[in-house]
Amino acid sequence: MSWGAEIMHFFSTLFAGLFFGSGLILSGMANPTKVQNFLDIFGTWDPSLAFVMGGAILVTAPGFWFVQKRSTPFFHDMFHLPTRSDIDARLVTGAAIFGIGWGLGGLCPGPAVTSLPFATSGVLVFVPAMLVGMSLAKLTALPSRKTIPA
Amino acid sequence: METEFTPFASLLGGGLIGLSAVILMASHGRVAGISGIVSRILPPAIDTKGLPQGLTFIAGLLLAAPLWFGFIGQAPVVTISSNNALLGLAGILVGFGAVLGNGCTSGHGVCGISRMSGRSMIATATFMTTGVVTVFILRHVVGG
Repeated sequence: MSWGAEIMHFFSTLFAGLFFGSGLILSGMANPTKVQNFLDIFGTWDPSLAFVMGGAILVTAPGFWFVQKRSTPFFHDMFHLPTRSDIDARLVTGAAIFGIGWGLGGLCPGPAVTSLPFATSGVLVFVPAMLVGMSLAKLTALPSRKTIPA
Repeated sequence: METEFTPFASLLGGGLIGLSAVILMASHGRVAGISGIVSRILPPAIDTKGLPQGLTFIAGLLLAAPLWFGFIGQAPVVTISSNNALLGLAGILVGFGAVLGNGCTSGHGVCGISRMSGRSMIATATFMTTGVVTVFILRHVVGG
């Protein structure tokens, strides 16, 4: 890839991260109490986060459709799209565990990383714990990949 | 504690998140799943090829809050539990569950649903349900 393309690739990725984080802050997703209120439908319910998801899908769905009419992305040789369509126990168990943690803390990975610069003690505890959880899950996935049938 | 219903700010913020997902797909051909981006650069089995993009995206995420502070002049309202043991447990569950289930709110909830992926719809319905049940127990059974 040419130098120009490398630089464009760098800035498009950086701005993608910046827009993502700004969107999380503007939408209220970076406020754990607001997230918990969205989930608290029998209490102090705040439906705002349905609008975050709605707004995101309204842009992403047509955007993806349009982009994927190209044969390759602009700065990479191929699209890396998830191809699986089977519903397995790992998917459902993982999502269920994720939801319990999301409800307990009001944080998911994007808002947690975005909130790091505010350095609130809660986020400083949550993020390292989340990274440990991710590594643990990767560890449990390793043996099945390494297993060679006898 | 109640929070203000903010349909316009939330819709606009969601649009920005969508724009980010489209930029990432257009430039690098990847789904904007934060748990995937973060976990791929963690041990074991670090994705060294994807490392530069992963770190660049995360740098962008980390720049958002300081820039927000710089432009708006005040930090956004963030209220979080002061129970650090609970947040530690929440962090482990979120990290473990997201990697086990191949995605989080962004990868399944935004990108997956936008791609009409059945797996993502099931995952999103599942974590929304356990999230609602967890908050119900936390606030109305234990904390009630």
